[in-house]
Order: sequence, then structure tokens, then C-alpha cells
Amino acid sequence: MALSKVDFNNINVTPAASKALKFNSAADGFETGDLSGSMVLISTQTASSSSTISFTSGIDSTYKEYIFKFINIHPSNDNVDFYVNASVDGGSNYNVAKTTTFFRASHDESASEAAIEYRASEDVANGTGVQIILQQMGNDNDQCGCGTLHLFNPSSTTFVKHFMSRVDGMAHNNQILSDFIAGYFNTTSAINAIQFSIEAGTIESGTIKMYGIT
Amino acid sequence: MAISKFNYNSFNVTPVASNALSFNSNADGFTTQGASSMVLIKTLTASTSGTLNFVDGASSVVLDDTYPVYVFKFINLHPDASDAQFGFQVSINTGSAYGVAITSSAIESYHGGVQYNAGNDLAQGTGLQFITNTVYHSRAEESMNGTLHLFNPSSTTFVKHFMSRASRMNNTNFIEHLHGGYVNSTSAVDAIQFKFAAGNIATGTIKLYGIKDS
Repeated sequence: MALSKVDFNNINVTPAASKALKFNSAADGFETGDLSGSMVLISTQTASSSSTISFTSGIDSTYKEYIFKFINIHPSNDNVDFYVNASVDGGSNYNVAKTTTFFRASHDESASEAAIEYRASEDVANGTGVQIILQQMGNDNDQCGCGTLHLFNPSSTTFVKHFMSRVDGMAHNNQILSDFIAGYFNTTSAINAIQFSIEAGTIESGTIKMYGIT
Repeated sequence: MAISKFNYNSFNVTPVASNALSFNSNADGFTTQGASSMVLIKTLTASTSGTLNFVDGASSVVLDDTYPVYVFKFINLHPDASDAQFGFQVSINTGSAYGVAITSSAIESYHGGVQYNAGNDLAQGTGLQFITNTVYHSRAEESMNGTLHLFNPSSTTFVKHFMSRASRMNNTNFIEHLHGGYVNSTSAVDAIQFKFAAGNIATGTIKLYGIKDS
């Protein structure tokens, strides 16, 4: 006798791509959805000669912490800075005031320079412009930047919004730059969009992933 | 009428331990899915071990293009007979040889200050990339702990960025090490080796996680 197995369309639920089969909240039927876990991927954006990469959905009160991961960010132009800014109006404007600190470690391939320094020209004192999160990126084929940015409780309407990032890059002059930035967006409005951009040219390639932490 | 219940092997999918039943990415079949975006791949526990190696394809280790970001966690690593720095080297030939050129920077903070530590960086060096300075074997209560992120090790386009944050007790002081750099190779990194600069890893645990791509 042939063995019949239950196939995807034999279940009393509408199939949804990449979603798990779960019991519903009343435990009296099926539903589809994401599995629970402490670190949940919300969205992924891949650059393709992009002047900006903006996350305009998924930043709300669902999570108290959001993590952005930068993977092989590669600029079209040489010796350019990588930026972040925030929005309180869904991405119509990216101009939230921020106060930040900026320090970095550097070391070049010939060992002629090795330093840690506070970069007073790169921090922001309640300015609404962009915040640099990685400096002096190189555009050689093998050069890129990688790192992480944490954003805490963006939906709060009580507190300012703290963030901290660490982004490392192989700079245009063949050195490692490890940039450490921390600060707060000085607003009690909910932040609901984040934009990453580049000083000049485009983000030729690279991936940015946004996760929520439960 | 008797009710027939479906069993675990009644579904048209290969069961995977501890995973959930899920629809595939086309919503036209079943697949299995684990919870959370951070997936534990492998745990290695030291027992007077000269090295702890994670080699793609060996002993259930995955270190390839399955994940864009890998995270190693170090828990209570303690040397056996020597006071020694703890660090790593990588391989591009599945562990046949370790020692690919690295350029890196090194910050350390301690109770009372922060400084660049030129003894912990590399300038195109192929030796051990330190994650911490000396951990003392004679002080049973001391160990090193921390995290190492490795970005997109399988890339054949870009150098491979890494960043570590680790701490150690140093007699009566506490020291945190913040290191970052790149493996200066466009070959895929497929193995990583951890060890003390001298002696063995008496005890401790290293865990390898993958951060999901989707």
C-alpha cells in the first residue's frame, strides 16, 4: 500500500512563505507566523548603488531594542564617510537632534600608525545633521565596512533614545579603523525610521539587517 | 467513528530535531525552521586542550555562507600552566594551516583609564591575534570571557572583518579589550583556531553561533 504523507496544502490554513505552522492563540486552530526567539530578523536591505538605505517600517513598540548589522558595506567613492540619522515622521524627514561621543582606534598595514583618539570633529552636540558611524571608507574591490548599531526603545514618548554603534572598516589608505559612537537622539517623540547614507557617491553594495530583541 | 491523528512522520518533510514545521519560501511545500535568528552551531569545552578549532564541515561545525555573521562566545577560559595571552588565527584551507595576514587595532580600558595597546595589534601579521592580554594560570579565580564577531567569512570579494570585546581579571584590576581588524584575504575563511600563546586551555567553553540570513 502506498504511503500517503500530509502535504503543505492539506492543512486547514493558508500557506505563507517561510512562515511556521502554529496553533492559534485560542489553541483551537492553525495559523502561520514567526517562531519566537530573543533575536528576530525584521528586515534586510541590500544596497545596489543606493544613495541611502532607509528602514521606514518595523520600528515601533514591538521591541525595546533594535540591532542593525552592516555586512560588507562598499562605497562607490574613495575616502568617504558612512552616516546614520533618524526620523520621527516615518521617514519624511531625517533630522532628529543628537548628542554623541566618537572615539576610534586605528592601525595601518605598515604599522607606522597605531592610536586611540577621541574625534571631536566627528561628534555632534545637539545637531540635526547626520552622525558619522564609519570614516574614510575605501572603494578598492576588497575594501568594505562591517559592524553593529543598537537603538534602544525607539517608541518611548518619555525618554530620549539612546544608541551605540561600533563599525570597523578597511580605510582608503589600507588601515583598520574601529569607530565607536554612542549618543542619544534628543527627542521624546517616537523614532519610527532610520536612514543610512554615504558622504558622496553611493553605497555600491552591502547588506543591512534589522533585528528586534524580545 | 475513530479519529486518526497525524504523527510526526505523517508530514511530507524530513523531521529535524527541535525544529518547527514551516512552509517553504515559495509556500508550495513544507520545510523545518528553528526559532530565533541566533542559532547555536557548536559548543567546544576545553579539557587541557592545546587548541579549540572550529572547522567548517567537521564535527557538525558550519562556517560557510550559511550565515552572514558568526559570533563566538568565550566563557571562563583558563590556562593550565603558563601565564599567557588568548587569541585566534584563521585558515582558508579547512584547518590545514592557520595564519592568514591580519591588520588590527587594539584598545584596552581598565579601572582608571583607557589606552591603545600596541602589543595586541597586528600589521599584516600571521601570528596569533590576541583577544586578551595575559590570563594568569596560578590564580584559579581568573579567566577570560567575551565575544568575537566574524563577518561574512565566505566572501571571495572582500577582506573579512572581525571585532572582539573581552575582559579579564588582572589580579586586583579589571581590564576590557576591544579589538577589531580584518583578515586580509579574498579567499573564504573556513576554519578558526583559538589558543593561549603558551600552554593549554585548562578549562572553559567556546560557543559558535550563526546569525540567520532570513
